[in-house]
Amino acid sequence: MTDFQADSILVLLDLTPSGELTKSAAGLLGAAAGVGTPVALIVGAAGAGEQAAADAAALGATHVLVAEGAEAGAQVTVPGADALAAAAELVRPDAILVPNSIEGREVAGRYAARSRSGLAVDAVAVSRDAEGVVAHHSVYGGAYNVDSAVTWGAPVITVREGAVDARAEAQPVSTEQLAVEASGRRAAAIGRVDEAVVTSSRPELRGAAKVVSGGRGLGSEAQFALVEQLADVLGAAVGASRAAVDAGYVPQSYQVGQTGVSVSPQLYIALGISGAIQHRAGMQTAKTIVAINKDGDAPIFEIADFGIVGDLFTVVPQLIAALEARKA
Amino acid sequence: MKIVVLVKEVPDTYGDRKLNLQTGLADRAASDTVLDEIGERALEVALSYADANAGTEVVVLSMSPESAAATVRKGLAMGASSAVQVVDDALAGADLGLTAEVLAAAVQRIGYDLVIAGNESTDGSGGVVPAMIAELLDVPNATSLNSVEIADGEVRGERASDHGTMQVTAALPAVISITERLPDARFPNFKGIMAAKKKPFETLSLADLGVDAETTEASRSIMISLAEKPPRTAGTKIVDEGDAGERLAEYLVQNRLA
Ligand SMILES: Cc1cc2nc3c(=O)[nH]c(=O)nc-3n(C[C@H](O)[C@H](O)[C@H](O)COP(=O)(O)OP(=O)(O)OC[C@H]3O[C@@H](n4cnc5c(N)ncnc54)[C@H](O)[C@@H]3O)c2cc1C
Ligand SMILES: Nc1ncnc2c1ncn2[C@@H]1O[C@H](COP(=O)(O)O)[C@@H](O)[C@H]1O
Repeated sequence: MTDFQADSILVLLDLTPSGELTKSAAGLLGAAAGVGTPVALIVGAAGAGEQAAADAAALGATHVLVAEGAEAGAQVTVPGADALAAAAELVRPDAILVPNSIEGREVAGRYAARSRSGLAVDAVAVSRDAEGVVAHHSVYGGAYNVDSAVTWGAPVITVREGAVDARAEAQPVSTEQLAVEASGRRAAAIGRVDEAVVTSSRPELRGAAKVVSGGRGLGSEAQFALVEQLADVLGAAVGASRAAVDAGYVPQSYQVGQTGVSVSPQLYIALGISGAIQHRAGMQTAKTIVAINKDGDAPIFEIADFGIVGDLFTVVPQLIAALEARKA
Repeated sequence: MKIVVLVKEVPDTYGDRKLNLQTGLADRAASDTVLDEIGERALEVALSYADANAGTEVVVLSMSPESAAATVRKGLAMGASSAVQVVDDALAGADLGLTAEVLAAAVQRIGYDLVIAGNESTDGSGGVVPAMIAELLDVPNATSLNSVEIADGEVRGERASDHGTMQVTAALPAVISITERLPDARFPNFKGIMAAKKKPFETLSLADLGVDAETTEASRSIMISLAEKPPRTAGTKIVDEGDAGERLAEYLVQNRLA
C-alpha cells in the first residue's frame, strides 16, 4: 500500500489506440508538478500499462496507477470514469487533472457528475492559492482571462492539450495495479476503430510552434498542397479554416477555430482565410500572425502583424523559393 | 419514439462577444443571441428521423434565461412538437454540474428514448454536459457522432475520437451528441412559424424539477477573477507589387521565425 503525499495531484493520462501515452502527457504532468506531487493514472487494455507507466515516470509521475481491463477499449467513457473514481478514492488528491481530449473530458464529466465534484474545463494553466488549486482559462477566443476554483473538495480540471509548456523532472518508476470495481453504469459499445494516419514528419497541430493554415482561397484539394509545401519549409504544422474542411480539402482534425483546435503558436500564417470571428477564436493568441489574402478588407488583416494583400498563388511560391534559397 | 433535443441560446459568434466584468456573466445585451448552430444540427437529426418515422415526438429542451424563449421557439418553428424551457433566477451563472443536474431532471420529467445534444456549445465549449447527463440518467453516452443511425432499439454511428474514428452502438434509452459533420439544419418556413404559435411550450422552475441550486452537497465551480485582454492590433500591411514573397521571407528571417 502506498502512502500518498498530502499534496498529491491525480493526473489521468490518455493512451493512443496502440497503447502509447499521448503528447498531452508531458504538459499535464508538468502542470501537476507545479502545484503538487503528480500521481498518474493509466487506463488501458490488459498488458498496456507497463511501457506507458515507465514513460509517465520519465515525464514526472512519482507514482503510476495502472487500471487494466478488457472493457477499457470496448466501452465508451464508463471504464475511464470507474477507474478515475477508484484512483481518487485511493489517492485523495488535492486536484484531478485530465486532458481536454474528447475522451478525457467526458471521463472527467462522468466522474464529476457521479462524485458531485466541481468541474472546470479547458484550463490553459493551473496554480495554487491558500484555498487550493485554481484553474486559469482563456475564453471567447482568448479575449478574456478567467480564473476558477471550486467551493470545496478536489477540483476536476481538464487541461487544454498543448497549452502547458512546463515540464516535470523525471522520477524513478513506481507502478501499482489499481483494482477497479465496475460501476455497472450502462455504456455504449465500441466496434471497429480506425486510427487516423499521422504524418510523422510534420509537427502536430496542437502545441505546434508554427502553424500554416489554408482556407477556401486555396480553391481545391490539389491546390491545398501549397499550404503543406510552405509548412514543410518552415517545419510548421498544417491547419485549415472550416470552409476548407467543409470543401473537403483536408480532414476535420485540421480545423482551427472555435469548433476546431485552439492554437497559440509563435507563428501563424493564414493563407486564403478571411478571418471570420470563429476562426480567429482559435488562433488570435498566436505570437505573430501573417496573412495573405487578395481582399484588402478581409478581417484577418485587423489582427495580422504582417499582412499581404495579394494572390497567394504568386506570393507563396515566391516565399518558398526565397526561404529555400536562404537555406541553401 | 420520443426524442429530446438539447438546445442552447448563445451570443452570436459573428459579433464580438462580451463578458460583464462586474458579474462575470455573459453580457447578453452586448451581442445578438442565436440558437446555437450545433443545437440546430442536433434538432435536424431528430426532425429527419421524425420525417421518416411517423409517431416520433421531438421535444426541444433548454435551460436559459426567460429572454431566450423566442430562440427556443425557433425550434418549434423548425418542426419540433413541443418545447420545455427551464427558467430560474437561481440558475444565473450555473456551473457545468448544476446545468447537467437540471437538464437531467428535466429530461427525466419529459420522458425520452433518446436525447440528442451538440458535442460542444459555442460559448461554453465544455463538451462535457452530454456525458454528465448520461451519467446522471444512467444511460450510455454515444458522443461526438459524425453520423447517426437510429433503428431497432439502438443508436449507432461513427464517433470522432482523438485518434481517428470508431464505430459505437448504444441501446436505447441513450444520450448522443453530434458534431458539425452532420448536415446543416432546415430553415423554419412560414407555415412552421405560424404552427409554432399553437404548439405546447412549458416553462419549468427549479422547484418544479426538485433541484436545489444552493445545495452544499455538490461542489461547484466558481469564477474568482476575470480580466479582459487588450485587443490585438494590426501591424504592417503591404500590397503585393511582385516582391511580397521575398519581403515576407525577409520579415520571417529577421524575426527568427524561419
Ligand atoms: C457555430 C460556428 C462555428 C464555426 N467554427 C469555425 C471554426 O472552428 N473554424 C473556422 O475556420 N470557421 C468556423 N466557422 C465558419 C466561419 O464563420 C467562416 O465561415 C470560415 O472560417 C470561413 O473560412 P475561409 O476564411 O476559409 O473562407 P472564406 O470566408 O470564403 O474566405 C476565403 C478567403 O480567401 C481569399 N482568397 C480567395 N482566393 C485567394 C487567392 N488566390 N489569394 C489570396 N486570397 C484568396 C478571399 O479573399 C477570402 O477572404 C464557424 C461558424 C459557425 C456559425
Ligand atoms: N443550458 C443548456 N440548455 C440546453 N442544452 C444545453 C445547455 N448547456 C449545454 N447543453 C447541451 O449540451 C451540448 C454541449 O454543451 P457544452 O458541454 O456546454 O459544450 C450543447 O450543444 C447542448 O446540446
